[in-house]
Amino acid sequence: MNPYILLRHRDFPAIHQLDVYEEQGGFKSFQRAVTSLEPQEVTEIVKESGLRGRGGAGFPTGLKWSFMDDSRWPHYVVANADESEPGTFKDREIMEKNPLQFLEGVAIAAYAVGANRAYIYLRGEFWQLTDELDRKIAELESAGLLGDDLFGTDYSLRLYTHKGAGAYICGEETALLESLEGKRGKPRIRPPFPPAFGLYGKPTVVNNVETLANLPLILERGSDWYRGLGTEDTAGVKVFSLSGRVNKPGNYELPFGCTLRELIFEQGGGIIDGAELKAVMPAGASSSIIRVDDQILDTPLDYASCREMGSDLGSGSMIIIDETVPMDWLIQKTVDFFQHESCGKCTPCREGTYWMNHLTGRIQQDDDAANQVRLLYDVASNMRGKCLCALGEFAIMGVLTSIDRFPEEFPGQVESEEN
Amino acid sequence: MNELNAKYAQEIESILAKYPPDQKRSAVMPLLFLAQQEQGFIQDRALTEISEILEIERSEVAALVGFYTLYHDQQGGKYRLQVCTDLGCALRGADEFLEKLCSQLEIQPGETTPDGLITIEEVKCLAACDRAPMYQVQTGSGITYHENQTVESTLEKIARWKEQAERGEESR
Repeated sequence: MNPYILLRHRDFPAIHQLDVYEEQGGFKSFQRAVTSLEPQEVTEIVKESGLRGRGGAGFPTGLKWSFMDDSRWPHYVVANADESEPGTFKDREIMEKNPLQFLEGVAIAAYAVGANRAYIYLRGEFWQLTDELDRKIAELESAGLLGDDLFGTDYSLRLYTHKGAGAYICGEETALLESLEGKRGKPRIRPPFPPAFGLYGKPTVVNNVETLANLPLILERGSDWYRGLGTEDTAGVKVFSLSGRVNKPGNYELPFGCTLRELIFEQGGGIIDGAELKAVMPAGASSSIIRVDDQILDTPLDYASCREMGSDLGSGSMIIIDETVPMDWLIQKTVDFFQHESCGKCTPCREGTYWMNHLTGRIQQDDDAANQVRLLYDVASNMRGKCLCALGEFAIMGVLTSIDRFPEEFPGQVESEEN
Repeated sequence: MNELNAKYAQEIESILAKYPPDQKRSAVMPLLFLAQQEQGFIQDRALTEISEILEIERSEVAALVGFYTLYHDQQGGKYRLQVCTDLGCALRGADEFLEKLCSQLEIQPGETTPDGLITIEEVKCLAACDRAPMYQVQTGSGITYHENQTVESTLEKIARWKEQAERGEESR
């Protein structure tokens, strides 16, 4: 087993303590960046490392930073710690157990884009975790690792936590910014994207927790080292959250290029009661559902290969579905979630999730089910491409792919878009 | 008089210090949590008080209470026990857990026990899918997670809270 890169508390259980973290090289990367690298050089290293955003979209991190509008100031960095996708619980473990590596990552990102202020937006449910991060930030300020005129330079940086209050949509970066500004968390029309128009209308980088936690070691060990992990398409390691009908649910850090077989059967201990594995939702509730066969089980996982499987890797939150789980029940669960979490700003999502929830309910009660399945498929297809943000798109993925890929579980027939 | 301001002047000052001076509105969410601290719900009066402190419209404050699920405008139990029944938890028995717990307490989700101690709520994903059944407990002063739970372990906890309440102690 290689040493951990993100879940380093599993190798060094006391790494949440500043002295232990510093023994492991902690805050050397940030110090080196501030004292001997230009911000652009840091961005360049991160670009060359191949690091892609771990929040779901997989966008190249360094490239995102390079979009910051240098004609307008101040710049902000916002850490997206709103982790709310059903099936995802990786950021929580990183922040709880290895908080200083995450905070150093935030600091490095802030230096790279010239921000003197960074916010960490946590879902409100992470109440105790927020209190703990506040204590860590105070400790770092006393230690001179955050604050004014750092390491004898004129660079200053303050980190602040901000709690959400229970709204999945605030994980969408522009909704998050609205929420941080004290408004309802409703997505903005994009473009402009946050690097042009972000927090308080100023250039802003929004990065996921796991993305940021990679930065200290990328700076310490170099972009070639990081690029050497993972695959050609996707560099580095990933913390996969494994849940559902698997014997050992939990977080597993593996390099990209590992397979579902490794993840589910070697790491995750296989399926509960030895049942047959049926499907995998690689991006939590927002997944196009993969119907599993041997070939898929042995395909090296990265963003590109997941797309070839007809899905998306998203945040790598693998919900494991076995033969005991009926697909109509499953999509009722996901659709009910999205109806609850739809912010209501755009009509296709607000009304579409409402109707999909009704229809999945009727299908489950076998109330004229064949017709309801046709109608459900029709509603979902008509939402595609018409919603303001990705939530509406996420809501239909499970519905369409369940009906397309598991037709034997739904009465009647639909004119499938996929086949 | 602005009671919130009078009572929590120091807390309010440190909350406002987190945001740029011309962006006071950002403090509305932490101030709502502050207003919820004592009673476990946000009283009508607090909406006006927050709007005065931040110099925004009262409706701009009120709009948030309805939007975010962790703010409450109605009195609930002293402990809001919020059970996740989303997909990940449901695949590990959360629906059965909730049903059994409710039947033991003789209330439905959304209801409060007659002694005013416990409100059971069914909630969406809490990022603990690997440790279901699980719930969080929300009181005015914060939220705690309780993972890998059983109906028995939960009833024991409730019995302890009941004793504490009878003795007039604060605890989670």
